[in-house]
Amino acid sequence: MSLQFLLDGLIAGSMIGLGAIGVTLTYSILRFSNFAHGDFMAWGAYGALVVVGLIGGSLPLAPLSFGLPLILAMAVAMGLTALLALALDWLLFARLRARGQSIIVVMASFGASMALRNLLEFLFTSSPTYYSRAIQIAQPIGMGIRITADQVALLLMTLALVTGMHLFMQRSQRGREMRAYSQNPALARVVGIDVDRVVRATWIIGAALACAAGVMVGILVQIRPLMGLDLLLPIFAAAILGGIGSVPGAVLGGLIIGLSEAAAVQFVGAEWRAAVAFMILMAVLLVRPMGLFGVAER
Amino acid sequence: MIDLLGYGAFFLSTALIFGLITLGLNLQWGLTGLFNVGIAGFVAIGAYTSAILTSPDTPDRVGGFDWPILGGWLAAAVLTAAAAGFTGYATLRLKSDYLAITTFGVAVVVQLVALNATGLTGGPFGVAFIPRPFAGVQDQPVLFNLVNLGVIAAVTLACYLALQVLSRSPWGRVLRALREDERAAVALGKSVQSYRIQAFAVGGAVMGLAGAVQAHFIGFIAPNTYLPTLTFQIWAMLMVGGSGSNRGAILGAIVVWAIWVGSGWVSAAVVPPDLQARAASLQIVAIGVMLCLILLWRPQGFFAPRRVRK
Repeated sequence: MSLQFLLDGLIAGSMIGLGAIGVTLTYSILRFSNFAHGDFMAWGAYGALVVVGLIGGSLPLAPLSFGLPLILAMAVAMGLTALLALALDWLLFARLRARGQSIIVVMASFGASMALRNLLEFLFTSSPTYYSRAIQIAQPIGMGIRITADQVALLLMTLALVTGMHLFMQRSQRGREMRAYSQNPALARVVGIDVDRVVRATWIIGAALACAAGVMVGILVQIRPLMGLDLLLPIFAAAILGGIGSVPGAVLGGLIIGLSEAAAVQFVGAEWRAAVAFMILMAVLLVRPMGLFGVAER
Repeated sequence: MIDLLGYGAFFLSTALIFGLITLGLNLQWGLTGLFNVGIAGFVAIGAYTSAILTSPDTPDRVGGFDWPILGGWLAAAVLTAAAAGFTGYATLRLKSDYLAITTFGVAVVVQLVALNATGLTGGPFGVAFIPRPFAGVQDQPVLFNLVNLGVIAAVTLACYLALQVLSRSPWGRVLRALREDERAAVALGKSVQSYRIQAFAVGGAVMGLAGAVQAHFIGFIAPNTYLPTLTFQIWAMLMVGGSGSNRGAILGAIVVWAIWVGSGWVSAAVVPPDLQARAASLQIVAIGVMLCLILLWRPQGFFAPRRVRK
């Protein structure tokens, strides 16, 4: 038996985990499940595609399939995706949030998701596209596992982003404010935390990480308008499995779901892959709805 | 002229089936405040249940039960109600968003089963030869369309009246009370969870019935009938009509379906063929933006009777 599925799961799990960080933060701070989060991924991936087209190609960095232009484009696209999220919040979510019915905001995010996704299909058509069509040779690293240079680079990038994110939430003033606001909004206001700033930070971080995940999917798989929608259920499942509000939980949840999906592909059949996230979600909801690192509702 | 009559009947039948699904959503969302993003999944459960029970035997798929159409419809409603009830049971004691996420998952899984469980659902080719009501007059298309319109209108009217009675009954009052002020309702000794599960299951039954009616109206079903776009259309119909109103649900369905079909015609006539797919996505963008605008500026919809509040 090949252990390749462990690596595949780890990589899929990293993408899911990066997406789940945004969902878990939006949920714990803005108090709604954002159905448009998957579309931030797709918009981020297409954003990087457009920017890299504007910069123009150059030689890729030796073993990798991409070079500096794509890395630069990803940074720009992260900013653009954050702007998109902030614009959407200003136009739509903030106005509805002010009315106090969180479920209306969820519905608005559902409508926005549909519009965003189909706008992508309008602009770029539904056929898949790629950053690079170069073929990478996977190197064996023992125990029947093969890995490409791109995969190594992107796993390292995920590790850096997640570590940075964790330090930011634990050590920085803004991160402390965000945690305080998610735990007790009223008390956070009383001690003078600038709520608008917390909300802005939440959108920027969530959207930027979604964009990174989208570019990662784009490099390793392909870029499609539906890529975000397909990842939405695993992302939600990962956020709930990890416990809403917990950044390490979201990443761990993502890895568990990625590995389970890969195991399902290996042992059950690739066509049932998408059902795995749902089974895990139902199990968590029935057995331990607060998730691995969550706190019980008060 | 006679063609127009036939087409009119066909259009109205399709719209009324959407109206029926919207009625189910109105019970879940309009009356009880339960958010369902998996409508397409529940409709598909109903459609497949009835199709499998009534369609003739096929070599590579379970079938050949030869149930009467009405039996299929009843089974569709019951099974969909059970699926919705279980979804509600698993999530409704938790935060309201969890129901939304789970229903989204239900739609994904139902789509997956429809596509891959070939022995049950026929896979991508779907189920064909679903018996159509009054198939005896099938060779006279106009009469056939009118008779079918009659059947669908009768089912819709029956559901409408039943839901009107239900929403005015003490049961309906409890649901409204739960939506408006949960704490007060709980203080009166009403069990939040059980009422919500009931409402979600009954709404699911209506959706499943609608799916079955649609399957028998068309005579053929395939997985790609039940994509997220369907869920989205139904939501647009309810929001345009005015959530909370059964009359609004049906009128909203007819109006939105007319806009949908009409804009499809316009784009077919104006847009060159190679850009048709793009025009179709722009159509969905427009409906999405419209949904958001309604939420922002006219959350009560357009066709609901004026309600006096507080």
